[in-house]
Amino acid sequence: MEEIFTALMLARLQFALTIMFHYLFPPLSIGLGLILVITEGVYLKTKNPLYEKITKFWVKIFAANFAMGVASGIVMEFQFGTNWATYSRFVGDIFGSALAAEGIFAFFLESGFLAILVFGWDRVSPKMHFFSTLMVCLGSMFSAVWIIIANAWMQTPAGYHIVGEGMHAKAVIDDFWVMVFNPSSMRMLFHAIIGCWLMGAFFIMSISAWYVLKKKHLDVAKKSFVIGLILAFISSLAAAGSGHFLAEKVAETQPAKLAAMEGHYITGTEGAPLYLFGIPNSERQTVEYGIKIPGGLSFLLYGDFKKTIAGLDQFKPEDRPPVGITFQMYHLMISLGTYMLLLTSISLILLKRNKLFESKFMMKIYCISVLAPVLANQAGWIATETGRQPWIVYGLMRTPDGLSKSVKANEILTSIIMFTLIYILLFLVWIFVIHNKVKHGPDESLHEK
Amino acid sequence: MDLNIFWFVTLGVLLAGYAVLDGFDLGVGILHPLAKNDYERRIFLNSIGPFWDGNEVWLVTFGGALFAAFPDAYATAFSGFYLPFMLLLCALIFRAVSIEFRSKHEAKIWRKFWDWSFCGASILATFLFGVAVGNCLNGILVGSDKEYAGNVFNLLNFYSAVIGILAVTTFAMHGSIYLYLKVEGDLKQRVHRWIWHTFGCFLVCYIFATIYTLVSVPRAIHNFEHHPWLWGIVIINVFAIGNIPRAVFLQRPGYAFLSSSLTLIAFTALFGAALFPNLITSSLSPEFSLTIYNASSSEKTLGIMQIIAFCGMPFVISYTAIIYWVFRGKVKLGKFSY
Repeated sequence: MEEIFTALMLARLQFALTIMFHYLFPPLSIGLGLILVITEGVYLKTKNPLYEKITKFWVKIFAANFAMGVASGIVMEFQFGTNWATYSRFVGDIFGSALAAEGIFAFFLESGFLAILVFGWDRVSPKMHFFSTLMVCLGSMFSAVWIIIANAWMQTPAGYHIVGEGMHAKAVIDDFWVMVFNPSSMRMLFHAIIGCWLMGAFFIMSISAWYVLKKKHLDVAKKSFVIGLILAFISSLAAAGSGHFLAEKVAETQPAKLAAMEGHYITGTEGAPLYLFGIPNSERQTVEYGIKIPGGLSFLLYGDFKKTIAGLDQFKPEDRPPVGITFQMYHLMISLGTYMLLLTSISLILLKRNKLFESKFMMKIYCISVLAPVLANQAGWIATETGRQPWIVYGLMRTPDGLSKSVKANEILTSIIMFTLIYILLFLVWIFVIHNKVKHGPDESLHEK
Repeated sequence: MDLNIFWFVTLGVLLAGYAVLDGFDLGVGILHPLAKNDYERRIFLNSIGPFWDGNEVWLVTFGGALFAAFPDAYATAFSGFYLPFMLLLCALIFRAVSIEFRSKHEAKIWRKFWDWSFCGASILATFLFGVAVGNCLNGILVGSDKEYAGNVFNLLNFYSAVIGILAVTTFAMHGSIYLYLKVEGDLKQRVHRWIWHTFGCFLVCYIFATIYTLVSVPRAIHNFEHHPWLWGIVIINVFAIGNIPRAVFLQRPGYAFLSSSLTLIAFTALFGAALFPNLITSSLSPEFSLTIYNASSSEKTLGIMQIIAFCGMPFVISYTAIIYWVFRGKVKLGKFSY
């Protein structure tokens, strides 16, 4: 028992819990933000009141979601100091400046213009309102930019040098722009933002599909659905493309992570296979029950079926990431991405033939398909983070060394229990509120007191 | 001015911005139970509706800037104050979602729950801010390894609790003056009475806390010996406080609000003057204290951050001004209100 409940395990558990909870909301804000810009932009251009109604409806849901993102995000910012104080001392020079930039460039922009977006309909001109929507959308993306830069630096550190030794070692910045444009930041950023768009698109499609099934608010539902569908289709294609470019970079900069994601244990002499699924077995150094394309991984990364790729055997046992979870999460993400691409492609064809909204089956599928981008985003995040282990900053600092020294296991346990209870409560409340909004539908704003 | 001092001052500016802005919406939260019915409670919530989120960003940015400029102080304070910080985070979470969710559903029990959660979280958050300030003034058990060596009970001492209560009364006063600016009619008359009560409570706590600080935390006026101009802040502070009842009496609430804002700014400045050059004072030995020099980032990062701040802050101040301008005037409930 004591082995499991070390401060280290608890701190990691708490971080996983709080970040996974937090990561439900910002992607939805970013995705919905883009959709609001589209619908309000169309309204401003066409003056069609239907688009005004659509925009106002999604704004209400956006606001409820935004509050959850802010509330759970504060925990994230302060958690680096509370649980990972030694890490914070080590990376403050670099990671801290990205966080501060997020505050100054993104949060003020979002939260300021959010007020006009939500409450300002009667107070400012339509153009000013549209501008505010645009700023909120931009702000939420800027926020992603700085957070991903900070995270990407932990994956592929660049633009720094180390001063001091052992306990007092510190990463000190050499070149800000090299830090910002470190090898993986832009590729990670595109992939993550596209994931957010998928989330927003599938979210509105899910609710719209539900309206279509119930034969309610059809005008709003169908228009929203089509906008969502087009965005989702483009994003699924872009997700596949950006994912591929990201994987190439991972192979180059974090070969151990790539090997773990693909369950590639033994380097061998020929091309590495690509598994569609399977169960990696680290003791026997092989993937069991798998279906594989021989040489597939080599082909994807280098366009050559025969090229050898470094397996996990190239790394010291203490430098290898956990394979099972990294492999499964990575494959879950890819399967869900493929699913979303297929589903949206078929739907576009059906839409062209005017059969999409007639198909109850498709509408039911869409009602539950909102889970696909949610799970894909979570799984992608987990694969990225576990694949970096055992490093907290790749190649520079190991995760156990980043822990706060003055925090005791029972304190962390107390806070985990506290946050778990609060998060469960809040999640239920959030579902209830969103459900309520959806049940009332877009007409609510017309006769609300 | 070297970069370390620049960042010390900038953090002070962010903190003062936070105290003035989030101070009034926390104050509205503290006074929330005094509203008589659902209509009044909605007026209260909507008086801060468009602003509270942006106000809280000052705290978030303060956290980010502290992390970037003085990572050691950030790490020591947050890991040292572990449980109080976790409680503070819970309070901030509950406040945010209470404001957002309360009006989303009609049921009485639903609204009651979020009303109390909003009030409780506002009081708890304010009190904990005060406790943090109290501990910073008092000094905490920091060893030579820059780590906090005490436990949670060392943080809950009598002095810090006094500062915590002072914080609650200060924000309640600040919030009541803000409400006076934002409401109308009968409610306005009642709010007018609350200002006198909250001001009275504040004054008692202020005098007690000042005497207590002078007696038990001699370090607080250490810097005043070498820099007598610091007494100027004390004078501004006293005049600002004195001006509050005068402005209220003269029926000039805007002027009263400026005075209470100035009071909060002066408090922050005094807090900074008491600490300088320390960020975290060690109560074990002065040489273990984390100062703006031994706890800072590299010169280069401080410089880059200065550029970021100079690029960003004009925008921040413009948005803030725009938002307050757009939502000026008395609160009216409409179809987009909470």
